[in-house]
Amino acid sequence: MNISLLLAGNSVAFGGLLFLLSAGFALIFGLMRIPNLTHGSLFMLGAYFGTSLIGWGFGFWPAAIVAGLGVAAFGGIVERFLLRRLPGKELAQVLVTLGLSFMIADACLMQWGGDPISIETPPSLRGATLIGKMAAFPTYRLAIVAVAVTVAAALWALMDRTRLGAMIRAGVDDPAMARIVGIRVSLLFTIVFSLGAGLAGFAGVIGGPILSVYPGLDQDMLPLALVVVILGGSGSLVGAFVGSFVVGFLYNFGQAMLPELAYVVLFLPMLIVLVVRPQGLFGRATS
Amino acid sequence: MRRVAIAAALLALATLPFWVGNTYYINIASQILLYAVFALGLNVLVGYAGLVSLGHAGLFGIAAYAGALLVNSGFNHFTAILGALAVTVIAAGLFAVLALRGTGLGFVMITVALGQIVWGVAYRWISITNGDNGVSVTTRPQPLGLSLANAPGFYWATLIVFLVTAAATAVFVASPFGASLRGTRDQPRRMNALGYNVWLIRFLAFLFSGFWSGAAGMLFLYYNQFVSPQVVALTASAEALLMVISGGTATLLGPIAGAALVVIMKNVASAYIERWNFVLGAIFVVIVVFMPEGLVPGSVRLWRWTTARLRPPIAAAPGPAARAREAGE
Repeated sequence: MNISLLLAGNSVAFGGLLFLLSAGFALIFGLMRIPNLTHGSLFMLGAYFGTSLIGWGFGFWPAAIVAGLGVAAFGGIVERFLLRRLPGKELAQVLVTLGLSFMIADACLMQWGGDPISIETPPSLRGATLIGKMAAFPTYRLAIVAVAVTVAAALWALMDRTRLGAMIRAGVDDPAMARIVGIRVSLLFTIVFSLGAGLAGFAGVIGGPILSVYPGLDQDMLPLALVVVILGGSGSLVGAFVGSFVVGFLYNFGQAMLPELAYVVLFLPMLIVLVVRPQGLFGRATS
Repeated sequence: MRRVAIAAALLALATLPFWVGNTYYINIASQILLYAVFALGLNVLVGYAGLVSLGHAGLFGIAAYAGALLVNSGFNHFTAILGALAVTVIAAGLFAVLALRGTGLGFVMITVALGQIVWGVAYRWISITNGDNGVSVTTRPQPLGLSLANAPGFYWATLIVFLVTAAATAVFVASPFGASLRGTRDQPRRMNALGYNVWLIRFLAFLFSGFWSGAAGMLFLYYNQFVSPQVVALTASAEALLMVISGGTATLLGPIAGAALVVIMKNVASAYIERWNFVLGAIFVVIVVFMPEGLVPGSVRLWRWTTARLRPPIAAAPGPAARAREAGE
């Protein structure tokens, strides 16, 4: 099988995983203007929760969902008791989330040790699937893409088709006016933060069979989420979706073609976008 | 009073190797001063310009790497230091041109990206940077024939650089240019309307900040005689920012106190507390939530509040009614 075709397939799968990670980051950043630097830690926390749950006899998918719920609850607590105290203070939010990420990293090291823990691929998704006549592709990676597309569709439906989504969008556009018409914007903020955190935790388990879980996973994933959201534009789900796949390709092809400059390949497009179009590819210009 | 305090502090700092004695603690003091130089440089941007950089470890590391590579390709230390500082200022200019496209969060994000590019190059461009194994230099410079190989010698050299940095920052901040820099932080549009070139003021502040970050990077290189990608990681930038914020932004003493806090936490507390990283994170969360102005201004506020409570109420100035009564008698 053609090497670049394999790379392309891996890029798409990695892009799907990145979307699961960064959709929450995009929502939190877009709606609440909170640069959530714990996002990588939430991803790692979810992955570690997943390993413990699987160890206690949970199946893969239930473990992913329960880990996601656990991280969502944790995110809700962080928002309610810490970030709530710092409305509009971006610098303070950056620092609190950074401090928290140190704490989470150290707590995980204490609880789960320093050795990488791998998460087994669910049995039904092992092996490869034939696409067309000659291209065989790992089934699990196809499943990731399917999950990402499902989550993207569900998020789109939530934001565009439900009353909750309409209220969230109202909160984004004009929080003061939304409050006046009786929308509890602060409750929405907690919901959005929990949702974003939960998605990151869920993504951590889903990514487990590919990445495994190790100390430092948080620092590896956070910059990727940043790049995705800056490329795509903050607060835009479409942007996060497209950005994820762009970054998936840049990351995989960069690693394979220019291993020495892989990170330059990854971050340079982000810089160019920031300089040329600061609101991101799909972001709306804000005043 | 103030002069006496400064003179006493200077005397204590200059004689520190004599009354501390132990090499380990002298080295800790060198580290504190080295990071204080870094934090003072970063504070020019964070505190006085209101621009939060999360990529300054990139500049710090560029200086250290440039210095190490120049020394290893056969240049003498003097040339290497000048060359490394020049490279750092050029890099700072490049950083500034890109990062000043945005303010607020945009600025933070661009500096993160720039820092990560530097990290990626240091980590992956193995043919130049030796990747994760880092680059080492075998000797320290010998200015005027004085040896810096032992701990006190290096401490005094670091102290001199630190004092120059502190003096330069103090002069910079008190100058009309410093005032205009604070103006661009508080009222950028008004400054623009008054005819100041806001972009240029910020650009120059970035260069100034970058220069001292580079100086700190060189001190770091010669202190450890080694530099690795760890130095330019996002956590390193975060740590530097935490030094500035925890001590108190836009003060001279704040970044120094912050540098001392972080270095002491890292080196001393880690010997007693196994989970010092956790404690460090917790301290910063507590500082940001409960002492948002930083340790130095926060402690001053707490001190004033306490002394105001302790002072007997009679000491308060007599009100107009009391004075009228006295006049009437």
